[in-house]
Amino acid sequence: MSDPVPLIVIGAGPAGLCAAAEATAAGVETLLLDEQTAPGGQIYRAIGRASPERQAILGSDYGRGARLLEVLDSGCLDYRPSASVWQVTPEREVYFTIAGQAQSLRAERIVLASGAMERPMPFPGWTLPGVMGAGAAQTLLKSSGLLPGGGAVLAGSGPLLFLVASQILDAGGRIAALVETTPRGNSMRAMPYLPAMLRMPSYLTKGAVLLARLRRAKAPHFKGAHNLSAQGGKRIEFLRFTAGGRDHDVPCSLLLLHQGVVSNVQITRALGLAHDWKPLPRAWQPRLDPWGGSALEGIAMAGDGGGIFGARAAELQGRLAGLDAAYRLGKLTQAARDAKARSVQRALAAERAARPFLDRLYQPAAEFLNPADETLVCRCEEVTAGQIRGFVKLGCLGPNQAKSFGRAGMGPCQGRVCGLCVSEIIARARGADVQDVGYFRIRPPIKPVTLAELAAMACAGPNDAK
Amino acid sequence: MPIDSPFRRLPDAQARTLAFTFAGRELEAREGDSLAAAILAAGIATTRHTPVSGAPRGPYCMIGLCFECLVEIDGEPNRQACMVEVRDGMRVKAMQGARGLGKGPADE
Amino acid sequence: MQSNYDALIIGGGLHGLSSALHLARAGLKPVVLEKDYPGRHASGVNAGGVRRLGRHKAEIPLSVAAMKLWREIGELTGEDCGFTPCGQVKVAETETEMAGQRARVESLVAQGHGHEELIDAKELRSLVPTIAPHCLGAIVCRDDGAADPFRTAMAFARAARAQGASIQDGARVQSIERRDGLWRAATAQGRFAAPILINCAGAWGGEIAARLGEPVPMRTQAPMLMITERLAPFLEPVLGAAGRALSFKQFSNGTLMIGGGHLGRAEPARNATHLDFAALSRSAQSVLALFPALRGLRVVRAWAGIEGVMPDGIPVIGPSETREGVFHVFGFCAHGFQLGPITGQIVAAWAQKKPMNLPIAPFRIGRFA
Repeated sequence: MSDPVPLIVIGAGPAGLCAAAEATAAGVETLLLDEQTAPGGQIYRAIGRASPERQAILGSDYGRGARLLEVLDSGCLDYRPSASVWQVTPEREVYFTIAGQAQSLRAERIVLASGAMERPMPFPGWTLPGVMGAGAAQTLLKSSGLLPGGGAVLAGSGPLLFLVASQILDAGGRIAALVETTPRGNSMRAMPYLPAMLRMPSYLTKGAVLLARLRRAKAPHFKGAHNLSAQGGKRIEFLRFTAGGRDHDVPCSLLLLHQGVVSNVQITRALGLAHDWKPLPRAWQPRLDPWGGSALEGIAMAGDGGGIFGARAAELQGRLAGLDAAYRLGKLTQAARDAKARSVQRALAAERAARPFLDRLYQPAAEFLNPADETLVCRCEEVTAGQIRGFVKLGCLGPNQAKSFGRAGMGPCQGRVCGLCVSEIIARARGADVQDVGYFRIRPPIKPVTLAELAAMACAGPNDAK
Repeated sequence: MPIDSPFRRLPDAQARTLAFTFAGRELEAREGDSLAAAILAAGIATTRHTPVSGAPRGPYCMIGLCFECLVEIDGEPNRQACMVEVRDGMRVKAMQGARGLGKGPADE
Repeated sequence: MQSNYDALIIGGGLHGLSSALHLARAGLKPVVLEKDYPGRHASGVNAGGVRRLGRHKAEIPLSVAAMKLWREIGELTGEDCGFTPCGQVKVAETETEMAGQRARVESLVAQGHGHEELIDAKELRSLVPTIAPHCLGAIVCRDDGAADPFRTAMAFARAARAQGASIQDGARVQSIERRDGLWRAATAQGRFAAPILINCAGAWGGEIAARLGEPVPMRTQAPMLMITERLAPFLEPVLGAAGRALSFKQFSNGTLMIGGGHLGRAEPARNATHLDFAALSRSAQSVLALFPALRGLRVVRAWAGIEGVMPDGIPVIGPSETREGVFHVFGFCAHGFQLGPITGQIVAAWAQKKPMNLPIAPFRIGRFA
């Protein structure tokens, strides 16, 4: 393998772009790998080519992403889009494929900025064609100008659900219904954390504006909905649920689901990093130091991949990780790093203040964490919640045994979609803590790689086979 | 061409029009569309039938995580339609169960 | 102190579980002391080959006897363990390899073993239609096959429990001593005692033997396996190659398993393994040399198990030569799965002081001294 690259940043969302910006500004030669065809991550997807009209629909928060792209002009930056990173080792080798060509590079330092994903929302029928993530619909709007034309139902909870609904309406689309599943007790539990939230008034104003927008549109709005099931033959035909003591069937051609976002832990898990179960957002979080550093020398994480704090926090975390990388690589003095970091750290603390309130307010309902028996939990291998409970009765102690018992998590998505739910179901069925039940051991490659790509790598290794 | 699509295009989507086929049907896309976006825009919800039960599935996450939008592109099976931009003249098919031997990206 | 057991078995892999089952069937009460959970390591994650083909000559009688048990595995364990007699094939790509295979089959036949059979290129192509055209022939064992390793381990565990064996999860052995005619083990799950001790600790078996004052030159290895996405049925038998490190099989669900001894790195003290991508790259090259049509097939998962390997490539099976009441069954050098059903029977015969009707002398622990 050739000389190591000083810094490899994985992911070109706000965290990755900002990490690269700070590092390159300090003169660190940086390689930025991103799986998407254009920079911006999911939050600022297609920001470089969105028309002013589309930016107006998507709002000022989206437009804010444009200035993050300035780093791409840096002479120190080597930006490679459409790069599927399929393995990162503790020895800081990064394996990736671009246009069918696999290669590996060693880095002196790595900043992982692999971001977040929508928390899957399993309930009976959620695998029908025409059922998608609300974030997926937003992606279609950002990158292709596709707008739900009517007949779309949005269901679930969380700020993004309202944001997407409001963007659809602003763009002239229609919503057949907004079906909120936020449990009724959540707001009571969240209230004590409101004062901290009030230090970030922008969140509240934004929320109020969104709700007003929905009221103006007179879209049917159901609250406290439960017993959801998606019904249809070959595709979604209607959403069935109970709300206000009555059963409802709302016809739709598109059902958009959302119940918050969670860290995408595929890379940090494959690296074997320690993760903590956070009972409040009900998600795993890799254990990191204040600079984003992990227990592995030279490997840091920035942004929502290390816990969900949002796009602005991701920028700030990216800056910290970039500054720290520049310092560790000898391009900044410790004093210079600390001086530059001070205002960033203050802003980051302020961004984080909103989370305790939001995490409590939008904690998912139990029926989507520990779904009904007939719900397909592992979409790839078609394993139901009931089957997983059956494995527990046969002695299955955790997710890794669930793979052996019945292939849960062994399909092409490698457990990304079912992982959280499988751990929750086993924990409830065993009466154990999710932390103790654990998570899938994530096996490389973290994205599928063809035999031809693998064979063509053909680099000589120290550990020859017989 | 869109038949009964739950989606419509914003008027600002001015990009060049591209032609591709899905299951033999001639469809239109806009330059920069992911293949999954173009298929959904055409009103098609199902992009594969699973190898486990044969159940129909369509794009779900749109960001390369869920592997529900697997299609065959120009003879190469199991490509993630949400991660590939449409090119003029692409021939695309839904995956029907497990893939066959097909061909690799290097054979194009 | 729990002393109402007849045997302590260290290790809940297939050999320990099979020992427990056979001992329990003989009316004895064994306890399995497993540091993780049954089938956690090599027994649960191996390639699942049920193979007599290509065995070391010393292993052939055991392997042939084990095969009889595999054919009736449902009667032994109460379920089919995913066993299918799909056949095993070992391909020859050169005239030299072909000659070597011919010589092997002739010498086996001379010793009265007819299970390995030489086939020509034409018959190879009828068995494996997609094989590369340069392949000249193969050895086949038509009723060898494959099973599901984790299901097998679970089936043995369930059957052993049903017969009265005790299996203790999370019972890492902290100390072993012999006092007042009993072997006494202190574990994370409490203390256990019995007149006999069976060392079935797999990749950790060398460590146990050393603690008993009988060190052996065992190394640990981490053979790697890869699994691909599902493919329409294209390969019936399990396939290996005379000149390559390759073992290759298609499961009924369509996924392909690729193994054959390409090594990662084992860290037995941490239960951990690490992959070597250069070696996986060579593994992929081997597959494509024999099946060029698989170029575009995607690998979705790779892992490595931890194996104990002896210098002469065959396991340790036999009584201790220094301590009373100890029997060793470990160090299977990455091909112990098929032998699992029979080793338990050997252990049970020894424990009951019955005559040993299988030749186990070549596997004695003292052979390295």
